[in-house]
Amino acid sequence: MPVIKDVVCSLCGCLCDDITVTVEDNKIMGVKNACILGHSKTVGVQTHDRIKTPMIRKDGELVEVTYEEAIDAAARILANSRRTLSYGWCSTSCEAISKAIQLAEETGSVIDSTANVCHGPSALATQEKGNPGATLGEIKNRSDLIIFWGCNPIHAHPRHMTRYSSFSRGFFTPNGRKDRKMVVIDVRKTDTAKRADKYIEIEQGSDLLLVTALRSAINGHEAAIPKNVAGVSKAEILGLAELMKNSRFVSILFGMGITQSRSKYKNGDAVSSLISDLTQHTKAIMMGMRGHYNVSGFGEVATWETGYPMAIDFSKGYPYYNPGETGANDVLVREEVDAAIVGAADPGAHFPQKAVRHLARIPLIQIDPYPNPTTELADVVIPAAVVGIEVEGTAYRMDAIPIRMKKLIATEFKTDEEILKDLIVKVRELKRGEVTCQSY
Amino acid sequence: MSELLIKNAVVCDPIQGIDCEKMDLCIRDGKIVESVSSNAKVIDAEGRLTMAGGFDGHTHSAGKINVGRSMNPNDARRNLVPGLSGLEPHTEKTRAQVGYNTPNTYAIGYRYAKLGYTTICEAAMPPLTARHTHEEFKEIPILDKMGLTLFGSNWQVMEYIRDKEPEKLAAYIAWGLKASRGYGIKIVNAGGGEAWGWGKNVSGLYDPVPNFDVTPAEILLGLGEANEKLCLPHSVHVHCNNLGHPGNYKTTIETMKLFEKVQSRRNRQSLHVTHVQFNAYAGTSWRDFETGAPMIADYVNGVNHLTFDLGQLIFGPAVTMTADGPVEYANSRMLKEKWSNQDVELEDASGVVPLVYSPKSFVNAVQWAIGIELALLVKDPWKVMFTTDSPNGGSFVNYPEAYTYLMSEKKRQEIILGFPETALNRMVLPGLDRELSFYELAIMTRSIQSRIYSRPEKGNLAVGADADIAIYDIFPDAIDPSVEHEKVKKAFSATAYTIKGGTIVVKDGNIENTPMGRTYWVNATVPSDIECAMQKDLDVKFQKYYTVSKSNYMVEDAYVPKPVEIATEGF
Repeated sequence: MPVIKDVVCSLCGCLCDDITVTVEDNKIMGVKNACILGHSKTVGVQTHDRIKTPMIRKDGELVEVTYEEAIDAAARILANSRRTLSYGWCSTSCEAISKAIQLAEETGSVIDSTANVCHGPSALATQEKGNPGATLGEIKNRSDLIIFWGCNPIHAHPRHMTRYSSFSRGFFTPNGRKDRKMVVIDVRKTDTAKRADKYIEIEQGSDLLLVTALRSAINGHEAAIPKNVAGVSKAEILGLAELMKNSRFVSILFGMGITQSRSKYKNGDAVSSLISDLTQHTKAIMMGMRGHYNVSGFGEVATWETGYPMAIDFSKGYPYYNPGETGANDVLVREEVDAAIVGAADPGAHFPQKAVRHLARIPLIQIDPYPNPTTELADVVIPAAVVGIEVEGTAYRMDAIPIRMKKLIATEFKTDEEILKDLIVKVRELKRGEVTCQSY
Repeated sequence: MSELLIKNAVVCDPIQGIDCEKMDLCIRDGKIVESVSSNAKVIDAEGRLTMAGGFDGHTHSAGKINVGRSMNPNDARRNLVPGLSGLEPHTEKTRAQVGYNTPNTYAIGYRYAKLGYTTICEAAMPPLTARHTHEEFKEIPILDKMGLTLFGSNWQVMEYIRDKEPEKLAAYIAWGLKASRGYGIKIVNAGGGEAWGWGKNVSGLYDPVPNFDVTPAEILLGLGEANEKLCLPHSVHVHCNNLGHPGNYKTTIETMKLFEKVQSRRNRQSLHVTHVQFNAYAGTSWRDFETGAPMIADYVNGVNHLTFDLGQLIFGPAVTMTADGPVEYANSRMLKEKWSNQDVELEDASGVVPLVYSPKSFVNAVQWAIGIELALLVKDPWKVMFTTDSPNGGSFVNYPEAYTYLMSEKKRQEIILGFPETALNRMVLPGLDRELSFYELAIMTRSIQSRIYSRPEKGNLAVGADADIAIYDIFPDAIDPSVEHEKVKKAFSATAYTIKGGTIVVKDGNIENTPMGRTYWVNATVPSDIECAMQKDLDVKFQKYYTVSKSNYMVEDAYVPKPVEIATEGF
């Protein structure tokens, strides 16, 4: 039975690349090493419901059509739109993302990624203060103090702790967990917190206060710290600051608990400053625990192609960027866009009600392998191959390491990249009477 | 078969010893040939200055420049050099453009082409992230590219040097170049990247690297010898230790002296020292900081085993980006600037810090002078490569401005007039009256690159060379660059024609075509028994310490769509 080794898991930002998959008769028969989430996604390609064929909504019902008809209908929506939102693209390959950006540029659209509702504020924090980070192997090989802040990797990134952080064995940490201290800062005692050496329960939305107090302690301004900050005693804050200063390599790994709570990007900005201060005493790094397997990739590709990581508005012909004005939710809530194309994402399930209501009112194109609540709103539905299982391509891990995902089984579904290329050609044809696709 | 005839070109091609001579150039299928048929398309250069396409031998245009972009969305809107920076909407022929120091990938290709450049070398690529560099390469139109692979703080390298296993070291380098599709060996602050893994640095050539029991001197020499053993086309490309520290000119000369004992096996240098401006500082602190360029130039004038590039400063905003992690942290603390850092497991470090160079700052003024002093004090232009270490010293779009510093004493004096008094007695530039000719400028911007990178088809217009050609709107007989520096700057900012591989890519400063460039990489052969022994050591590294499997580490063919494989047999 053919066995494919070193398969890259296309579920979360860990992009574990040591999965073994057994394939027979173009069917996945077994998956080894993957966590429960990755396992489910990989075998799910043939057990979960798929969008079986392209569809167009006629008289309120989605009716099966050919790819050509669906692409033609989608291209007409894009060509007739004065302002389109292109959203998602974080669970697909960088090659497809690149084409989605080109399509947005050609159609003068706003394009945004799922970072809009997760680590977008981390990108803003980087713009404010920088991002002192490292690759995951630096944590594995060196880190003797790991702080998980506002994240719960046991459930969200199940192999993170064994493969890259708390439990992993590295060059300078040969005894794994025994060579490290693990601290969890969160509003509730999560399953990750239960395994920590120290759990610090923080009041909801007061992360910025605690980071600021820690900076005061690290910079020798203890007197400025009140008795209690963010629900944490001064003694505990001073203790944590001492632990940080006396560790050889401190890793602060943070999640949506601090990016989407009060103070938003200011939290990441403050953590970056904390790392800078701490580096006066020891080595320290920070890293966002990115969720979708290629949400980092969208940020990377968008940045090199447009200068900006998300929320890019091409209406002027060149990229304009102002999150808060040009983010996906901003343009939906203001009812500013008159059409939308969603790829590899599900705003129907995750966006605020007001935004979803507008999505339901405008022509909506969905490109996805699987049906989801967004499908219920869509006017044109185009099924795609599953990247990392049915098609190869690049994804960026949470630490910005690019890895090539493998093709495990063949499919007749078109890939996201092919669908987007077809759309570019068709939109050009409609708008300018051109059919050739210039290579840049 | 495509043919092109360029008539009445005033050719400046130092590789052939041609100094502004009127001649015709024949092109067939992307190469310079003896003659073409009467069907050839004709361009009449009408006596304009014509050179081989420019070749930037040290630039940061792919890879960590993306960190620079992600920290500086403000840069995307900057338009300090109209026509070569800022916002430009997409057109029928071009993608949208943004930026100044950290432009988007498309802008990099178009803007270099407008300057008459057709080849660039990205100077720092950790193997683990090389795939990213190649992804950006694919989106930089027009230009041919190559990348230098970082080895100066690599665990496997340091262990082989410590354990005195030079053959396995060479085998590892060969494999690392193949894995990253790299062109040569880059060393940044030898050993310093590993020390930075613990928040520390190495202070000089003989400071031991923590936990690895080797010194920077041993790393430099070990890699220098491995480079020659493999007979690689380029020498080791070295960013010296102690970059940015007053007094560092001594470390720089020490490093240069170290390589006196490394014998080159090809007709090229055994050492290239990069952005020497940042490593030519005298004094003991920023208080008594002054130029160290005369001492470096004295040494370089007396030897023949090395080349260097300038790292010329441009006043205004810049973004520093380097694998020298500790220097970037120091910059950020000193300048109270934002800071990004990215240490790469088992391989190296890196950091990015934006800053502004001001002529009002005596330190910046002296730094500006040092770059020019190095170019003028070193007598032989075949030892000097022109760069700004873009965007560390300033963006490449300022190259035409910088040429005028080298070609016009009058222009220099105009700038020096604005300097604070304290700066003037820290530099020797006001006393230098040398002015470079077009011939010398051509050496520094394309001919030396052909030699030091062993690319005989680049940087010249001999029969057989690539038809990469820049025609500038300058009539050499009718211009005096020492006084007409604004005309020189204007002409070098937008070519009359840039021709890439026989295709007109720029005409009258506008992009005409956007072909995809090639990527050069080196495939060095080593004996199979040594390769096998090295692979066993490497397997341990991957099984125990890397977080990416060995089979997923190598850059695949898909990332190098137009590869040029350079095979070498050195063993």
